[in-house]
Amino acid sequence: MSADRLLLTLSDSSDSSDGHSRIEILNTGGYRSDGRRQYELRTISIDLSPQGSGADGSASLTHGLTQVNVCVFGPREAKMRSQTYHDRANVNIEVAIAAFSASERRKRGRGDKRILELSQTLKSTFEPVIQTSLYPRSQIDIYIQVLQQDGGLLQACVNATTLALANAGIPTYDFVCAVTGGVHSTSPLLDLTLLEENDLPNVTVAVMPRSGKITLVSMETRLHVDRFEEIFRLAGEAGKVIHREMRKAVKDRTEQLVASMQSVGRPSTGADVGDNEY
Amino acid sequence: MRPPSPSIPEKEFLFSALKQGLRLDGREFFETRPVTLTFGPELGWVECSLGQTRVLAQVDAKMIKPPPERPFEGVISIHSEISPMASSEFELGRPSEEEVTITRMLDKVIRRSDVVDKESLCILAGQRVWHLRLNVHCLSDSGNLLDCACLAGIVALKHFRRPDVEVIGEEVTVHHPTSRAPIPLSLHHNLYCFTFAFFSDTSIHPVLDPNHLEQRLNGGLISIALNAHRELCVVQKSGGVPLEPADVLRIVNVAVQKAKDLDVIVESRLREDWEGRKVEVR
Repeated sequence: MSADRLLLTLSDSSDSSDGHSRIEILNTGGYRSDGRRQYELRTISIDLSPQGSGADGSASLTHGLTQVNVCVFGPREAKMRSQTYHDRANVNIEVAIAAFSASERRKRGRGDKRILELSQTLKSTFEPVIQTSLYPRSQIDIYIQVLQQDGGLLQACVNATTLALANAGIPTYDFVCAVTGGVHSTSPLLDLTLLEENDLPNVTVAVMPRSGKITLVSMETRLHVDRFEEIFRLAGEAGKVIHREMRKAVKDRTEQLVASMQSVGRPSTGADVGDNEY
Repeated sequence: MRPPSPSIPEKEFLFSALKQGLRLDGREFFETRPVTLTFGPELGWVECSLGQTRVLAQVDAKMIKPPPERPFEGVISIHSEISPMASSEFELGRPSEEEVTITRMLDKVIRRSDVVDKESLCILAGQRVWHLRLNVHCLSDSGNLLDCACLAGIVALKHFRRPDVEVIGEEVTVHHPTSRAPIPLSLHHNLYCFTFAFFSDTSIHPVLDPNHLEQRLNGGLISIALNAHRELCVVQKSGGVPLEPADVLRIVNVAVQKAKDLDVIVESRLREDWEGRKVEVR
């Protein structure tokens, strides 16, 4: 499967789930409920402009109708002695899911097991990726706010966090790009909406595109081993497509900043994103 | 207080041994510790041990009125208790990271993967259903508590038998186990969980069923829950050291074989126990 066949759509999937399970997941013409083809990903939009409150880096990312906001603070001095490590920075991730983000209003507290697990998964995903040894005795706080949920929550959180870290100028070894894949009878689908996610076995895979290695695999539904292999490889490929989009967004943002610095006529201070390697 | 981490000599010893292809307890890389299942006097009472790691699981059932949104389904609840008794790493009150992982994983393996046929727990639609309560107590943690807890939970559900019930019209009669043989739960499949640990030094081979030291020094874990029919139910690799896609698939295939082996052991132990048990049937 070549990565080029995994095209990104331009149409927005704004007319998705209305709660009926009668909708065909994949019709005979090979189209999905929101008009995409099997391997088509949803529109990605990335906004890296600062979001008030003095965060060192922030990103707002949407995959179709799933929308996530991430703010990164730090590296800054660790607040608590008990969470200070003499040889590396402590990474702290907090996830909040807005009560209005899903079709049914539901408030989840911070002690909710699902949220705890999500933030812990993200923490263990990003801890080895961030070059924490460069910042001993400090901490990096990452706050994630989920604004809209339409499937692929973990995927959106991972991608948005990667972007926010890049935006904050925190050195990482590589991007982390995540995609959800599912299987409808025998045909694999990519980047599932909530409707598809509820009906199909699905896997979230996060890749580090430069080495092609897998940092995260998460599956919670029953799936045959052979089908798993297929969708696992496919999602790995799709991660590379997402990577292209994310890289482009970071590059565009940097170019924009460099241009505005030049127009003011001051030499680059390198404080913001001056020597961003992305 | 943070528990003391393994000392540097311990760490170097383990890593250099693993590099030479040796594990500290003399196992192969993909070999689990021996599984021992001890059944208690009651049905649904199982103590499962994986080497020095021990978990006790117990199932009981009572009748409740079903929640209005699901009138035809029974209810399963899992109560896991990981006290400081298992290991000094656990604290009372505040759930540690590992504890959250274990609780969530138990929930996924036993509840969300449809192991128990919930509709078969319905007695009278909208009026009476069985409420199964699975208590999991971790008695001793010597690494890989998760696999042990999942195994104990599944075996306890397989071992448990509920009293027979008769429904005539609106009237429900529960038969005492001495008057009518209790009925086993209808389970869709037997799920087994396998945890592999890998290390930040990628030249070290991944290991199955990490012991205490290996678990403390790992660079990442991958947990796979699957049944003997090659169906995966949970695959969880949350972060840690990145792996090649081929390595992940190789590990999955190892787990497939292990699940088949473990299934044979569990079934034979359950059969042995059932044959040795005197159940009075009129």
